[in-house]
Amino acid sequence: MAAITGVIPRPTSYAGLWGWMTTVDHKRIAVLYGVTALILMLIAGVEAGVIRTQLASADNDLIGPGRFNQMFTMHATVMVFMVIMPLSVNFFNFVIPLAIGARDVAFPRLNALSYWLFLFGAILMHMSFVVNEVPDAGWFSYANLTEKPFSVNRGLDYWSISLLVLGASSVAGGLNFIVTIINMRAPGMTMMRMPIFVWMTLITSLLLVLAFPVITVGLIELTMDRNFGTHFFIPAEGGDPLLWQHLFWVFGHPEVYILILPPMGVVSEILPTFSRKPLFGYPFIVFSGIVIGIMGWAVWSHHMFTVGLGPVATSVFTITTMLIAVPTGVKIFNWIGTLWQGAIEFTTPMLFALGFVALFIVGGLSGVSHAVAPSDFQQQDTYYIVAHIHYVLFGGSMFGLFAGAYYWFPKITGKMLNETIGKLNFWFMFIGMNLTFFPMHFLGLNGMPRRIYTYSAEFGWENLNRLASLGYIILFIAFLLFIYNLLQSRNSRRVGHDPWDAPGIEWSIASPPPPYNYAEIPQVLGRDHYWIVKANAEAAGTPITAPEPLVEPSSIHMPSPSYWPIFTAAGVALIGGGLLSHYAISFVGGAIAFMGVISWGNEPPAAPADHH
Amino acid sequence: MAHAVEHEYTTTGLNHRKMLMWVFLGSDCLFFGSLIATYMVYRGQSLVGPYPVDIIDIPVTTISTFVLLMSSFAMVQALAATQADNRRAIVGWLMATAVLGAIFIGFQVVEFNTFKNEGLTLGGNLFGATFFTLTGFHGAHVTLGVIWLVALAILGAKGRLGPNTALDVELCGLYWHFVDIVWIVIFTLLYLIGGFDAGPTALPGG
Repeated sequence: MAAITGVIPRPTSYAGLWGWMTTVDHKRIAVLYGVTALILMLIAGVEAGVIRTQLASADNDLIGPGRFNQMFTMHATVMVFMVIMPLSVNFFNFVIPLAIGARDVAFPRLNALSYWLFLFGAILMHMSFVVNEVPDAGWFSYANLTEKPFSVNRGLDYWSISLLVLGASSVAGGLNFIVTIINMRAPGMTMMRMPIFVWMTLITSLLLVLAFPVITVGLIELTMDRNFGTHFFIPAEGGDPLLWQHLFWVFGHPEVYILILPPMGVVSEILPTFSRKPLFGYPFIVFSGIVIGIMGWAVWSHHMFTVGLGPVATSVFTITTMLIAVPTGVKIFNWIGTLWQGAIEFTTPMLFALGFVALFIVGGLSGVSHAVAPSDFQQQDTYYIVAHIHYVLFGGSMFGLFAGAYYWFPKITGKMLNETIGKLNFWFMFIGMNLTFFPMHFLGLNGMPRRIYTYSAEFGWENLNRLASLGYIILFIAFLLFIYNLLQSRNSRRVGHDPWDAPGIEWSIASPPPPYNYAEIPQVLGRDHYWIVKANAEAAGTPITAPEPLVEPSSIHMPSPSYWPIFTAAGVALIGGGLLSHYAISFVGGAIAFMGVISWGNEPPAAPADHH
Repeated sequence: MAHAVEHEYTTTGLNHRKMLMWVFLGSDCLFFGSLIATYMVYRGQSLVGPYPVDIIDIPVTTISTFVLLMSSFAMVQALAATQADNRRAIVGWLMATAVLGAIFIGFQVVEFNTFKNEGLTLGGNLFGATFFTLTGFHGAHVTLGVIWLVALAILGAKGRLGPNTALDVELCGLYWHFVDIVWIVIFTLLYLIGGFDAGPTALPGG
């Protein structure tokens, strides 16, 4: 192994495709995450389009039930694991080291490994389309529908093995960001001075590393049931399908907070910036985030009220679920308090952040309505649930992430996204979103079940479904506007380092930031550090007009690029691919991964050539 | 691994890699916790035999448990030798830890074979499925640990381990002791307590 490490010289250049494949720079990895997630979002969006077209009219037979099952399964799986999570991780990567005054994450190569595992996991999942054996048991794939007798083809194997690879990516990322945030803060950046986005990332990362092992065990047991003859979830042999539901939701409910806490953090950065006043009730937002992170583990059975867990369990989970609405409500009141008497500027990021608050309230209220077990019995498996999750995940998470994209884009690229297109983007998305998902509340209460591929005209669901499908078209235009805005930004003017007059420390350096981020590690003066710095400079009569000066990059010791993350990730993906085709491939993959790890261990984090 | 020590600044004073290992072990707790929960939920739920009382051999596994516990002792000695910069002792204790771990794996291979011959399989009943999955993943952890220890011993033989790089050994030690502790839980639950289960009706209230 050492010979191989010696034969292949270490990559030194950041140029070209090879540079991207070996990069360990958190800012470039952020871009990789963002671009990949947007491509996957397009795929998931097209799947949603197929669903909405099929449901646009009664008794439609555009696609059959089989294809329909594949569409909603893949739409949800891709959106949850391969769009919202990686888009959040995109911001973790770009913003966290900058926001805590660090030069990179704690483990730059591990960070690259997380990305490549994510990419290869996503590719593996989509190979199921190539062999036309697509997962089709819903995103939570309830046993025992997922067992071999009921799901004959390999679709569910693709699903579980790809999710295992994606889970490894998430756990590695979570570990990295926990250590980065706890251990790499600049002097003066105490825990209670950290921006809320950093706090939410820390809590999300803890949830990632603690929740994913649980689903990992569930997925392993499912894979063994389907391939190695065990009977974990087969009732005829004494197994219990309920165990799958418990394992899934013990993971699945923290997962909900993994999806929503980062966008909450993004919004908590944007609202103060454009209200021109500090965040209202900072400690309350921090501690309510922590409480959500802990209580998120005590509510999972509200996904299983109709299973019949008995009155005690149902009552307990009703109460815990209603309680967890309290810290969420605290946050919302703090956001409103931040806006109160602020000098509000309606920029695009601000519009998206306000959209987040408004839509998340709607989703939160419908959430409380099915925290109540008796009413949940009516709503279970109806479109009311579909409406709820889209208000919290699309109106919530997605709006928060779009807000972040508009907010940090000038820092990432040094160029602004067009504000006019941005505002159009917002209004199309806001109107499209409400048109698509608000009618689903009524459809659900009128009894339309989720996951049905068609319905009879006599139920009277057709008009509202048509409205929802019309809303989808508007949403799709909103997405295209966003992509267009990204593409046209190549030609737009460069902006200064601090176009929003923002409080975050990341705005004190040049845009885009140099590879080393901070030439000198800053001394943090307080919450809203850069506002304090700017106010002090103003008071001294020397207002700040330029970013921190650049220095010669080679004078700063930075981690060197490396082949081994992509190499190791490819090995791991081949292990998974082999389980789906020929075991021999798994052994090859295992050997590659082993070689990657050994070479990785033999390689110092930074090439000795560029010493300090 | 063993390159000139850089005294990197950390906010807490705790090394990045050490913190990573602690958090990872926290994550692994949930992994084993879920596997153990599966075993406990299905305890006494097997519809057909063989049941634990038929095949679990507590005396034999007590020996392998003792071997694994002694490997933790060797691991502690390996770290002490690294900090004391005693190269021969470093290699010796690391190899001793690895060999004791390998003996434990050997016991497990023999045990799995014996159980298979006595009719316990993955697909036969829930006891087989939960037993092999839980102890199998533990065995995989021990195997990885043995590979890690051997890799460290090679580095030690090349003279690349010493007080400056004691962290490399310490991290492996954290992992190794954790895997050991998990085995104590497994041995208690699957052997000392669950080893006497005789069938679906043998459990109180079962």
